[in-house]
Amino acid sequence: MLFFKRFSAILKARNLEFVRDKSSLAWSIAFPVLLLVGFSIVFSGDGKDIYKVGVLNTPTKDAVFLQTKYIEFVDYQDTELALSKIRQHKLDLLLDYRLSLYWINDTSPNGYMAERLLLSQENSLQQKEWIKQTVTGKQIRYIDWVLPGILGMNMMFSCLFGVGYVIVRYRKSMVLKRLNATPVSALEFLSAQIVSRLFIVMCISTSIFIGCDLIFDFYMLGSYFDLLIIAILGAMSLISLGLVIAARSQSEELTGGLLNMASWPMMIFSGVWFSLEGSPEIIQQMAYWLPLTHLVESARAIMTEGANLYDLRENIAIMITMTAAFLGLGTVMFRWDGDGR
Amino acid sequence: MSVVIKVESLTKQYKELTAVDGISFSVKQGTCFGLLGPNGAGKTTTIEMMEGLVKSSSGSIYFFDEPINKRTLTDIGIQFQHTALQDYLTVEETLDMFSAFYPKVTDKQTLMDLCDLHDIADRDHKKLSGGQKQRLLLALALINDPKILFLDEPTTGLDPHARRNFWDLINKVKQQGKTIVLTTHYMDEAEYLCDDIVIMDKGKIIAQNSPQGLLSEHFSGAIIRLPIKNLKDEKPEKYGRQFGESHVDIDAEDVEKVISELLAKKISLEGLQVKSANLDDLFIKLTGHQLSETEQEEQA
Repeated sequence: MLFFKRFSAILKARNLEFVRDKSSLAWSIAFPVLLLVGFSIVFSGDGKDIYKVGVLNTPTKDAVFLQTKYIEFVDYQDTELALSKIRQHKLDLLLDYRLSLYWINDTSPNGYMAERLLLSQENSLQQKEWIKQTVTGKQIRYIDWVLPGILGMNMMFSCLFGVGYVIVRYRKSMVLKRLNATPVSALEFLSAQIVSRLFIVMCISTSIFIGCDLIFDFYMLGSYFDLLIIAILGAMSLISLGLVIAARSQSEELTGGLLNMASWPMMIFSGVWFSLEGSPEIIQQMAYWLPLTHLVESARAIMTEGANLYDLRENIAIMITMTAAFLGLGTVMFRWDGDGR
Repeated sequence: MSVVIKVESLTKQYKELTAVDGISFSVKQGTCFGLLGPNGAGKTTTIEMMEGLVKSSSGSIYFFDEPINKRTLTDIGIQFQHTALQDYLTVEETLDMFSAFYPKVTDKQTLMDLCDLHDIADRDHKKLSGGQKQRLLLALALINDPKILFLDEPTTGLDPHARRNFWDLINKVKQQGKTIVLTTHYMDEAEYLCDDIVIMDKGKIIAQNSPQGLLSEHFSGAIIRLPIKNLKDEKPEKYGRQFGESHVDIDAEDVEKVISELLAKKISLEGLQVKSANLDDLFIKLTGHQLSETEQEEQA
C-alpha cells in the first residue's frame, strides 16, 4: 500500500514537472509535426519520371512493350507479392505474359497511363490480346512509410533523454540525495520515472498520430490496438535503455554523450528514413540489436502490410527481452549519490 | 538526560584523505548539539554517517543504544546543506509529496503554522527567497515527526535577519523536545543555539563541552585586541596571539593591569579594543588560525 502511495507521489510530481515545463512540452509536440510537414512538402510531387511495371512469366523472345524507354520493368515470381505492390501503388502495371493478363489499380493515374501505353503499342502491332484485371488499394506515399520511423525516432529521443537526463539532473542537483534520505526505495523511484515517461510518451505520440492522421490521412491496414501495444513495448525498451545509461553518472556532459552514442546509430540504422533491405549483412545484424529497429519495423508492418501481433512475435520477444535486461541492469547499477568526493 | 546518540571512534577514509579521524561523542535527549569547524573539517561527513547516507570506514554509531539501522533511520529528519527539490512544484505540493513517503506524518497545517509557510503555499519553490526555502526544507525535515533532527549548515548564505528568524524557529522546534544535531561554521550560531558542541578541525575533535564551559575552560577575563603596528618592531607572539594580518589578541585577566604594562612600554593604545572571548577566539587559540583563513585555504 505504502509502495503505491510513494510511487504515485513521485509519479504525480514528475508529470507535473513535465507538463509545467511549457517550452519542453511544446518542443516534444512540435518537433515531429514539423518533420512530417517538411516531408509532406518535399515529397508532395511524384518525383518519378518513369513508370514501374511488374512482369510475370517474362517471354523468352523480345516483347515490344518491354523495350519501351522510361519504363522500369521488374521481374516477379510471386503473383501475390506483385499484386500487393499494385494495390499499394508501388507498381503501376503488372503483366503476365503466359496468361495474357494485366492488372492495374483503378485509383492509380500512373496505372491508367501505363495501361494506355501497353494497349496502344500491342494493338498497333496486333501481337497479343490482353485481358484486363483490376485491383483496388490506396497508394502508400513516402510519408505513410516514413511516419512510423519519425514517430519512433521522436519516442526514442523522448524516452532516452527524458529519463536519462532527468535522472542525472536529479542526481547532480541532489534531488536524489534528498529522496534517499526518505524511506523511498530505488524500485519505487525508478518505477515512477518509467511509468511517468511511458505515460508522457504515449500521450504525446498518440496526439501527434491522431493530429497528423487528420491532416495526412495515413495508410493503415492493421489494427490500432496492435500498434498501441507495439508502441508501448518499444517505448519500454527505450526507457529502460535510458535508465541504464543514467544509472550512475552525475555528469550531464558524459550522459549527453552516451545518450547521443545510443541514439545516433538508431537514427541511421533502424530504418527510420530508408529501408535496410539490400544493405550489407553487417549493417542488418547491427540494426537487429537496436530496440528502435524492432519498434519501427513492427509499426510499419502493421500500418502498411496489415501485420498482426502474431506475425510480429519475433520483434515483440526481442523488445520484451531488451526491456527486462536493461531494467534489471539499470536497477542493479542505480545509485542515488553522485560520483563521490 | 538520557543519551540519544553515541558515536565511537568514527573514521572515514577517502583514498589518501582522512575526512573524519576516530572521533567520539554523545548527544543527550532534547538538546541542541553542534558540530563546529571550518569547511573541510569533516562536519558534513560526520553528520552524513550519522544519517546513514555515508558508510563509515570504522567506528560505530548508536541511536537509543541500537546500532544504526533502517528502523532507527525512520525516527530522524534531515535538512541538507546543499539540496534541490523536484522542479515546478509549489510549496504545498512539495509537502504533500514528502508526506506520502512516510507511514506517520505531522499534520500539514501544524507544520505550515510552525514554519510560517501559509503565505507561500502556492508559490513555486524555486521562486522562494533563501530564508523561505530554508523554512520549507526544515518543514520537510520535520514531516515525519522525527525524534532527532539533523541540520547541516542551515543558515549558510542567509542574510542576518533571515538567520535570526531561522534561529527562533529552531528554538521553537527544540521546545517540542526534539534532539537537534547541527553543523555550522558560524560560531555565533553555535553559541546562540547549542547546549553542547564539539569543535572539529582536519577531521579531529579539538574541543568538546557546552559553549560557556569551553569559554571558561580556555579564557578568563577579557581579550585586548591591539593593532600590530603599535608594537613597533616587537614580535606579536611576545604579547599574545596574532589575529589576522594586522592585530594581536592579548588574554587579560586584569584589563587595567595589562593596559598599564603596555603604556609603561610606551606602546600606543590607538585602535585598542576590549572584548569578551567568543568561540571564534577559542578556535584561533586552539588551532593558531582563524576560521576564515582555513576556509580561504580550502577554497585555494
